[in-house]
Amino acid sequence: MARITAGVGCSHVPAIGVAMDQGITDQPYWVPVFDGFEKSREWMKAQKADVIFLVYNDHCTVFDASCIPTFALGCAAEFSPADEGWGPRPVPVVKNHQVFASHIAQSLILDEFDITVMNEMEVDHGLTVPLSVMFGDKGVDDEWPCLVIPLCVNVVQYPPPTGNRCYNLGKAIRRAVESFDEDLNVVIFGTGGMSHQLQYKRAGLINAEWDKQFLDRLTSDPVALSQTQHVEYLREAGSEGVEMVMWHVMRGALDDEVEEVHRHYHVPASNTAVGHIILENVND
Amino acid sequence: MALNKDYEDIPGTFVFDADRGRKGYQLNQFCISLRLANNRDAFNTDEAAYLDKYPVTTEQRQAVLERDWNRLLELGGNIYYTSKLAANDGINFQQLAGLMTGMGNEAYRAMMVAGGRSPDGNRYQHEWDKEGEN
Repeated sequence: MARITAGVGCSHVPAIGVAMDQGITDQPYWVPVFDGFEKSREWMKAQKADVIFLVYNDHCTVFDASCIPTFALGCAAEFSPADEGWGPRPVPVVKNHQVFASHIAQSLILDEFDITVMNEMEVDHGLTVPLSVMFGDKGVDDEWPCLVIPLCVNVVQYPPPTGNRCYNLGKAIRRAVESFDEDLNVVIFGTGGMSHQLQYKRAGLINAEWDKQFLDRLTSDPVALSQTQHVEYLREAGSEGVEMVMWHVMRGALDDEVEEVHRHYHVPASNTAVGHIILENVND
Repeated sequence: MALNKDYEDIPGTFVFDADRGRKGYQLNQFCISLRLANNRDAFNTDEAAYLDKYPVTTEQRQAVLERDWNRLLELGGNIYYTSKLAANDGINFQQLAGLMTGMGNEAYRAMMVAGGRSPDGNRYQHEWDKEGEN
């Protein structure tokens, strides 16, 4: 059967993708950002994942204001990098495990998570930047080393789904994965964050103390952490920091007991605190 | 009973809820159209004519033409949409933040490199109001 063996939490700052695409990761500004992913790339390679289940949000790129699904599952055969206003990122097309994605969609809906099925979808930096930091430089003619099932979460128009809902969705995703017959090693990514505010007069807010307690409690106290109210993210971690609800989907899909095998935290990348964590199920 | 907007007392911040979404709908739809190269070309050829295709308010139209980035947010724009207009102009997220905060690019960048804007004194509107009195 398919099973989820590990989880990755990861910021998806667009400027990180730009730095990789422009080949400027050796500049002093970027070195500390990318140093923290060196171990992650080794880990990712050794993990030999067949499928990444990648939880991210679209940034008003593919979804305009006319349709705002709370949870949209990518069921298309492949997903092209979208033009976000600067031309598409020069990275490979993302390939899906389409049968597995359909199985998960059906399983989730019958498990009372009424997700939206996406049979055509492009993907923006929210999805491609985590793949880039975990796999390193890949050009348009390369392939990502594994298949990817995207789950796109609305965190732009208030309210996003609650942390509790996201955590429980993670549990339902795990049940869906484990009811699929093919032997597949699945790693789940929760992306976005950490503290950042991109807009208006409070732009630039960073709350390292709050971010660090979030990372600590993700391992030790995930259920209580998932009860964090939206207003706390908005006030303490910035208006765009509320993206962190997506990390609860990842955490909910793992065992109650996990081991933190890697952590990276750095301020800044552009306007944002970069946070990253790798969690493994203890009993595997 | 009305929904509780417990986030309205966060200073210098617009939470993009349904009320803001309604107000800014046409403005945001205009902004997102600029993510495609052919639309950017048409807009850059004749901004006023391109804007005619979107039933934005007079104020919103003026804010677009003047690139009044904060006014765009006050009129229902959302940063992920207005950033498409900024991208068209060659302005990235960090430069845009430098403009919205009034700090300018260098000072804003320096603040970020030094650890960003502290949450202390920046959590509640009354903390900003008090500062204004001093």
